[in-house]
Parts: sequence; structure tokens; C-alpha cells
Amino acid sequence: MSPAADTLRRTPLFERHERAGARLVPFAGWEMPVQYEGIRQEHVAVRTGAGMFDVSHMGEIETTGPEAEQLLQRLLSNDVTRIAESGAQYSVLCRPDGGVLDDLFSYRLGDGRFLTVTNAANHEKDLAWFRDHADGFDARVKDAHEDWAMLAVQGPDARARLERLAGGELPKRMRTADIPVAGVPCLVCGTGYTGEDGCELMIRPDGAPAVWDALLEEGVRPAGLGARDTLRLEVCFHLYGNDLSEDRNPIEAGLDWCCKLDTGFIGADALRDVEPEQTLVPFAFTEQGIPRQGNEIRTEAGAGVVTSGSLSPCLETGIGLAYVPSAASAPGTEIEVDVRGKARAAEVREKPLYAPQRKPGLRGGV
Amino acid sequence: MAEASYPEDLKYHEEHDWARIDGEEATFGITWYAQDALGEVVFFDPPEIGAQVTKDQSYAEVESVKAVSDVFAPLSGEITAVNGDLADSPERINDDPYGEGWLVRVRLSDPTEVDSLLDAGAYQQLLQASG
Repeated sequence: MSPAADTLRRTPLFERHERAGARLVPFAGWEMPVQYEGIRQEHVAVRTGAGMFDVSHMGEIETTGPEAEQLLQRLLSNDVTRIAESGAQYSVLCRPDGGVLDDLFSYRLGDGRFLTVTNAANHEKDLAWFRDHADGFDARVKDAHEDWAMLAVQGPDARARLERLAGGELPKRMRTADIPVAGVPCLVCGTGYTGEDGCELMIRPDGAPAVWDALLEEGVRPAGLGARDTLRLEVCFHLYGNDLSEDRNPIEAGLDWCCKLDTGFIGADALRDVEPEQTLVPFAFTEQGIPRQGNEIRTEAGAGVVTSGSLSPCLETGIGLAYVPSAASAPGTEIEVDVRGKARAAEVREKPLYAPQRKPGLRGGV
Repeated sequence: MAEASYPEDLKYHEEHDWARIDGEEATFGITWYAQDALGEVVFFDPPEIGAQVTKDQSYAEVESVKAVSDVFAPLSGEITAVNGDLADSPERINDDPYGEGWLVRVRLSDPTEVDSLLDAGAYQQLLQASG
């Protein structure tokens, strides 16, 4: 065990991970399971059955009060007033110059009550940003990280497995519901970050192990952060720190759909009329090899850089996300990726790189 | 291969590579410990036949879904064969690291280099000391 291990934080499910044979690694200050039996097996389990991810390292910020909505409207790029009762919404948090501080899901829990989920590495920064901008709003910003464990149950069979344990109807996609799971009170959210159907469970920390055990009993497979990364990459969901950073704005990252400039959020003015020189695109190799973060890209319109790269377990080819000159961003454009000195042929593709096989009648993705 | 094993007939390099010496030639691969640390191997990028490899230097890469790992030459020489089956089935490196998962064959340029390699017992002591 590395010397830093004793300073790493552990989730309430740490002991369950050890029992399940996890390989635990440092991640954003936490000791987290990167894999159990193998990234590919866990990836396939989520695409074909049901898997569960402990994402308790992710942070939560609770914003409450008569002007909580107005405060969030100022901070978040999306139109917060459009979040339905018990609804969910994706947005980014921007600096005044448009640089991305984080990407977030926010949930409207009730009248003047919101919960926003942060990336672990950004939680303290986000919290300080929320508080620094709360002056003048009749709203309270609370660090709720310690209040919640979070378990993402994902896959085509995830809902069916959850239904057998749930003491009420599961929420529809992008909705939440307060219902017990395995007898433990949960805030169940119809969200996830794998492209598959499923739910994310917000659980009081001391109740999390019982929920985990019950899901395991139902045949839901533990899946680690390694599979979480390959799953989100196949469906082209952004990962902060890779595809998003303070040096990039959401327009070049292809997130203009969640930037509602007329809401007056911080950064909106800087993003008006932005015509980005570079654009984030998905790509796939047309030959062997695996792209990795930081690999340089050559196109006829100039250079670019890979921000996420992996082997796609479903497509069985190298895939990634990359910033390329906007003139070379059209699907079908041939590009070249420099993988540690070897030039590999690749092609810009449409999103998503892999389309999950949804069951008939199921509503569409994010 | 689920259980750790370190055959007695092989020589080991501290960067977790093995060599099976056969007169002036040797076969190279990575050890059980190396493949276990890496996880499922999904890509092996072999060197060219005829390429020169130098003891203690990287001559190829093996990749898992998440990571790239250099493969170090336990001995110096010239590549005379590469394991072509690994192009379609790189997981053989996990399943059978000392057999079907072999990586390359090398004509040794200095067979006395063998003296500097570890035997199975010394290699396992190294693993225990660093574990």
C-alpha cells in the first residue's frame, strides 16, 4: 500500500469493495475501486445486464431558500427555471471568461430546495464559488457531501433489478423520487453517466452497505471507475479534467445545448458569438492501436490533441475525444493521431460512438 | 492464469520480464506479476523482425484498457520472431504468460548477460520485498 493511502478518504462502501476483490487506487483524494474482475467484463455487464458503481466520492451542494433558484440561475449555464418539480438537469459552471469550472447535475427536490452533484476533484472549489456568489441572494449554500453516499445502478436490466427492491415506483428518466430501496430511504434519480438506462441512488451513508448487499443479491455486478470511464467515452459524455477544463469553454466542448445565454449566467457574455477555433469531436481509429490522453493530432487544418482515449470494449477499436481545428471537425474527416511516435489513422465520427441498445418503448437518453 | 507462478527454468529481469534461454537464442515474455498488475491485455505492439534490442531498454508496449506498459529486454540481441497470434488474441499474455503468451524470440548478442538475471527464487524475493 502506498504511503499516501492513510490520507485518502474512503466511502461507506470501502469494506464492500475489498470483499468484492476490488483493485483500489487513489482518485481525486479518495481510495476508489478502479476494477473488480476486469474493466472489459464490467463494461459488458453494464451494456448487457446491470452493474453498480460506488460514486460516493462525488460531492453534493444543497442550495435552499426563497432565492435558491435565482442563485443557481446566475451560477449554472442551463435554464434552472426549466427544471421540473422532482426534475434533473445537466449544466456547466463557468468563470466570467467562459472557462469551465465543473460540469454538474442539479435536482429540484422541492420548493426552493436544490441538490447539485459535483465532481470529487472540484467539490471544494465549486462550494467556494457558490458561496462567493451567494451574497445578495436570499439563499443558503450547504456542503452536503457528508450527508450522502451515491450508488449508480446502470444497464438495460438495472430498473428491473431495482424494482424488486424498491418500495415505490421508480422515477422516470431525469426525474427523482423519495422511495426506500431494500428498506433504506433513498433519493432515487433517473440519471446516470453510462448511456444506459438506470438510476442513481442517493443514500444516507450508514444505509449504503445494506443497499449494496441487496443489489448484489439481485445479481447486479460491481463495476469500477475504469468501466465507468470507458462506458461514458463510448457515448461521448464529457469527463472534467480530460475533456473539460478552465482553459476550454463549453461552446468548443460542444455543450452549447446546455448554455442558455439569455439567463444571464456568469460567463454568458463571454460566450456570446464565440466561434471556436477548435471543437471537441469523437473519433475512432481505422487501424490498430489505442489513443491516449495527450496524444497529438494532425489534420489538414492544423494540430489538435486527444483529451480522452481508450480501447472501446463494444466497438473493439481505439476511440477517443479530441479538440481539433473546427475546419476538421465534420464527421468523416480523416485525421492522424501520434501515439508515442507512431502515426495512427483515425476518423472523426458522429456522437455517440456507440449507441446503447435500448429496449422498445423506453424513452431516449440525455 | 489465476494463480501466481514463476517457473524454475526461466531467468527473470527486475522489470518483470522473463527469458527462456535456448543456447544462443532466447524467448522473452512478461511475468505473471506483470500481467496481473496490468489487467487484461488488449493490445501488443510488436517490434519489427530484425530490430535490435538492448538489455534493460524498452522494446515493445503492452496495453490494457486503461494503461500502457513498456516491455523491457532482459537481454540484448536481434529479434528473429514475434508472436503473431497476439494480434488477434492478446489476452493469451494473461492466460498463459510463459507459454502461448510469449512475445518475441531473440538471437543473443552477448550470452554472458544471462549471468546478471535473477532465478525464480530471487525474483520472488524481489516481489515480496517491494510488495
